[in-house]
Amino acid sequence: MPSGGSNQAEASSSLRRRFSWLRAREQLIQSLLFCCSFLSILTTLSIIYVLVTESLIAIPPNTAFFQEVGLKEFFTETRWTPQYDVAQRHYGILPLVCGTMLITGISAVIGLPMGLLIAIYLSEYASPKSRRWVKPALEILAGVPTVVYGYFALRFLTPMVIIPFFHDWLGLTVLGKNALSGGIVVGLMIIPMVASLSEDVLRSVPNSLRESGYALGSTKFDVSAKIVVPAALSGIFASFLLALSRSIGETMAVAIASAGFPNLTLNPLTQIQTMTAFIVDVTQGEVVSGSTLEKSLYAVALVLFVTTMMMNLISQWVLARYREVYQ
Amino acid sequence: MALVKRFTQFVEPPSGGGAGGASNGQQTNSIPKIETRGMSFFYGTKQALYDINLQIQSRAVTALIGPSGCGKSTYLRSLNRMNDIIEGTRVTGEVLLDGEDIYSRDVDVVSLRKRVGMVFQKSTPFPKSIFDNIAFGPRITGLTKKSELQNIVERCLKQSALWNEVKDRLKDSAMALSGGQQQRLCIARALATNPEVLLMDEPASALDPASTARIEDLIFELKQNYTIVIVTHNMQQAARISEVTAFFCVGRLVEIGQTKQLFTNPTQKETEDYITGRFG
Repeated sequence: MPSGGSNQAEASSSLRRRFSWLRAREQLIQSLLFCCSFLSILTTLSIIYVLVTESLIAIPPNTAFFQEVGLKEFFTETRWTPQYDVAQRHYGILPLVCGTMLITGISAVIGLPMGLLIAIYLSEYASPKSRRWVKPALEILAGVPTVVYGYFALRFLTPMVIIPFFHDWLGLTVLGKNALSGGIVVGLMIIPMVASLSEDVLRSVPNSLRESGYALGSTKFDVSAKIVVPAALSGIFASFLLALSRSIGETMAVAIASAGFPNLTLNPLTQIQTMTAFIVDVTQGEVVSGSTLEKSLYAVALVLFVTTMMMNLISQWVLARYREVYQ
Repeated sequence: MALVKRFTQFVEPPSGGGAGGASNGQQTNSIPKIETRGMSFFYGTKQALYDINLQIQSRAVTALIGPSGCGKSTYLRSLNRMNDIIEGTRVTGEVLLDGEDIYSRDVDVVSLRKRVGMVFQKSTPFPKSIFDNIAFGPRITGLTKKSELQNIVERCLKQSALWNEVKDRLKDSAMALSGGQQQRLCIARALATNPEVLLMDEPASALDPASTARIEDLIFELKQNYTIVIVTHNMQQAARISEVTAFFCVGRLVEIGQTKQLFTNPTQKETEDYITGRFG
């Protein structure tokens, strides 16, 4: 770097800052890197801006969703029929929230224990050889497009497993689109996430704790269940929250496998509507620009955004506190 | 560093050490608690210990000294099969506990470790309450009765001279204790499973002098009832607390003898060089 060299020679005589290409390049790189990170913040901010102006406070002469529909109706009304004729139009988000909760609940029952058990296996029991097999297999599971999961639920899970069991054997009414099939595949989808996040957390428990456990005459199960998992509990909790926020936000699989009419129900064998699937549903049809229906999309999206953001924030806070303990 | 002479002052039995002196005399005749015969140890293909023949006397402190990497910790950890956790390790020869080979096929490692407890260099309290830390060992053996657990916790904390400091806050997290208290907690936890032998891997090397002195007092108390094997880098410590000292160097047992004898009149040149600070 010739310019740098000459600059160095000059600098030896004076410490005053002068223009140099070397420093200019450093500053250019720094501002470039800053711009890149700022871009992602900008994206988040503009999303918040759009959501807020469309749903909460609009710039006149436009009106926002909540200026047309009362907050009370939105949160207490039990029907969600924004696509119907004016007379039968209702904007109560409860059925969508209920549908989302149902999917999230089913996926949690399937995904969280499975993910945690896999994490315990990988971190405490697996030999390096079996880790080499299991980890890539999990990554494949994580890499399957969600549309494929949706079709797997609709074309395989419902007709081959759910209907034979619940309808043919137990005699219950099962719809072709049902919350159970969607919930199960979302549960499968979050397994890799729970497993890999929890495994990191379990592995960060210091080995000295395990050795102390063994030295007291613990079996491998004692050490895993009574020392390692309790020591990592807050981290595991954080990984659960992150996985659940993924469940809440999951769209395609649910839209294909479970979504239909927004029933306010906890029956997993009937069709439901989730917040995300509703957005897909409406954007696929024709929406009049500026209509309340269009604005309702933003209101639903805002609820979704706030919910998942809260969960992510809480889990990050918990993870940060957890890391302090073992640093 | 110091001359041989300097160590002799530490070897004099501490006040009230008359009993210790008497037991010294008996040990040579009694049956060893632990005996290793022709024992070698391998990490994969790398040999860490060569043909160790060593007897550890009951109800006495045996100190293992030697330069870093000499195999003394490996030897200590092989006495309760802690090295089993490390993959690819292998032992040949015999390690006998009360005459029984602990590496024989039908030995239950879990019950072995209940008889041979261990305290590590770094204190390792579980992130649980003080009570739950001590009660951990008894609980995994199936003891659930609250009153019995309370008795054990109190006994062990008294034995490890921690009771007066923590008796009012047994429910508090053990992580909040000071470094020296944590180490005494770990000793109390190890005592709770009623071991016969206590292995200590540099138990005081991370502690300040005051805490170290407390741990040493504690070891002195404990040897009335337990067989103690301690690895230490601190030769004064070895001289102060042990009856027998074994000197390891590059995977071999160079010399073993009565502590006083070994420090004042070592038979091997290597031992003398090490204890006078000429190497290591």
